[in-house]
Amino acid sequence: MHRMREIKSPKTYKDKAKAASAKAAALGEDVDVSAYVSSAEEQPYQDDPSKLPTKTKEDMLKVGIILDNTNQRSGTYIQMDNTPVHSSSGQEGIEVMAISQALEKHDWLADYWWRAVAVDTDKYTANVELSQHSGYFIRALPGYRTIYPVQSCLYLTKARLAQNVHNIIIAEEDSELHIITGCAAASSEEAGLHLGVSEFYLKRGAKVTFTMIHSWNPEVAVRPRTGIIVEEDAVFLSNYVIMKPVHSLQTNPVARCIGDNAVVRFSSILVAPPESNMDLGSRVFLNAKGAKTEIITRAITTGGNIIARGYIEGDAPNVKGHLECRGLILKEGGVIHAIPELKGNLAGVDLSHEAAVGKIAEEEIEYLMARGLTRTEATATIVRGFLRVDIEGLPPMLNTELQRAVEASEKDIM
Amino acid sequence: MDDILLSISQLSVAVEDKEILHGVDMVIRKGETHALFGPNGSGKSTLLMAIMGFPRYQVIKGNIAFKGKDITNLPLDERARLGIGMSFQRPPVVRGVKTLDIVAACLKGQGNQESIDKLAEEANMADFLGREINYGFSGGEIKRSELMQLLAQKPELSLLDEPESGVDLINIALIGELINELLEKNHLIRDRKHAGLIITHTGHILDYVNARTGYVMIEGRIIGEGDPHEILATIKEKGYKKCIECAK
Repeated sequence: MHRMREIKSPKTYKDKAKAASAKAAALGEDVDVSAYVSSAEEQPYQDDPSKLPTKTKEDMLKVGIILDNTNQRSGTYIQMDNTPVHSSSGQEGIEVMAISQALEKHDWLADYWWRAVAVDTDKYTANVELSQHSGYFIRALPGYRTIYPVQSCLYLTKARLAQNVHNIIIAEEDSELHIITGCAAASSEEAGLHLGVSEFYLKRGAKVTFTMIHSWNPEVAVRPRTGIIVEEDAVFLSNYVIMKPVHSLQTNPVARCIGDNAVVRFSSILVAPPESNMDLGSRVFLNAKGAKTEIITRAITTGGNIIARGYIEGDAPNVKGHLECRGLILKEGGVIHAIPELKGNLAGVDLSHEAAVGKIAEEEIEYLMARGLTRTEATATIVRGFLRVDIEGLPPMLNTELQRAVEASEKDIM
Repeated sequence: MDDILLSISQLSVAVEDKEILHGVDMVIRKGETHALFGPNGSGKSTLLMAIMGFPRYQVIKGNIAFKGKDITNLPLDERARLGIGMSFQRPPVVRGVKTLDIVAACLKGQGNQESIDKLAEEANMADFLGREINYGFSGGEIKRSELMQLLAQKPELSLLDEPESGVDLINIALIGELINELLEKNHLIRDRKHAGLIITHTGHILDYVNARTGYVMIEGRIIGEGDPHEILATIKEKGYKKCIECAK
């Protein structure tokens, strides 16, 4: 059994965090961190994750985490509240472990600590530094490619807990890493706070696909803070899905393409039921020659509020970026606010965006009704299509799982 | 008579409170193909849309009966399920919805991948099944896609709105073949159950598909009925003006 080691950050980080501990975030409703408890009972370690309680496994399955048969996974990390309850790697060249364990194993890991996300970004990053509860470390060694995805789950069970995690993901040169992350709350009503810092480092020629599915409840606040550094010829594909209620979600990950021909794609599927508040953006800085990005958002409100942001900045020759946001208002009372932004600092950058918010066109519904579908069936078909973002470069199995997650939530939308 | 499939009587239709059709009568029996001629804006598409039941096309007088049942107030989707199908002239793009999804829906769960592939091959649409419906399709591709959907749907009455418009000469023969299959032209006349009403502006499609009856529609009225080839020859020779004069 692996015991959690206290994570020792250099004093400078602690000092910076203390200085920023009351710093309000640039975006999103302010969350009073002191209203949440920071300690939770330690959970027992499970060598065999299939022995976790059935309800836990079912909750995790809904966010793409398979525990009964992990043959189709290259590794697994499970954290319940503050405790890493399982970590294992099923493939040579792929490391999966609690971050505390990784810090023990790799002296050099300190060099990656707070490099992609600034510790003093806001009070949430500061809080993670000052009161950290583990997180995961996933790494592909040079030239290694995951056969199956690595899965990681951050699971919140204790009422009013602030879960503060710090994750680091490293894809070494010419490696390939596919990750499914599921974050979920056990309760459908207890309040909680999830603060997750994730730092991604993609070395030359590496490829990472990161598929994240969130399933919270109407009382949980979520403040992920994500930074991605993408070197030459590396490719980062992010797919984010949230289709269940959340009290307040605000995140605005930043990807920096620092190597020539780096590629970043963000695809997000957001469904906001009544009383959900989501403020989600993606920012990409194209800082190297030939870097490319695409930010695609599909947002549906059935009564909740969505702010869908996108920001692309290009300051290197031959960079290309496109931002696409489409929003559907399915029920009255919902709001979708699309804020696409582009900034070019050099002649020759090619940046574009398209955004559309509205209801389903009656003409489209009638077209399908003329084929014999009822109005409800026609609407469902269009919504299903709307949410189907075919993600280039995603392995077919991951794509299938992503579609399954989307389809599982369809009945809630309709 | 029980072989009457569609019976339209004194039908007047308005679009956004403007009356477009004025007292149209028409009877189509099982196995028959009828052709509807008329200049742009004469009301041909309005008639098809009203038969199909699009809510924008309001029946203000008269009635439509299908297989002996009054469908004047029946919703669009119920008419489709009753056996009426339509090939659209300019169908909408439905982003995210694949051609395959619609063909599968038209088959009402009766088909499988093999039968869909066969249909797609027949319509030369195999490469389009995985594409979003109508997105970036050329004129000919739209027509083939529409007919592929109808072949899956197998309606007893097919309403075809200018199936040859925007189609090149190579493709028009294929369009003709697909329509002939849809209307069971390969069956003996007495065995044909399916009927069609084809709007044609140019009449080219009649070189490939035989029609029994032709109508000329001018300003929302059917002003003449007869052999479609004779009507077409008159139109070609003398234009619609002559038809209007004949009707007076």
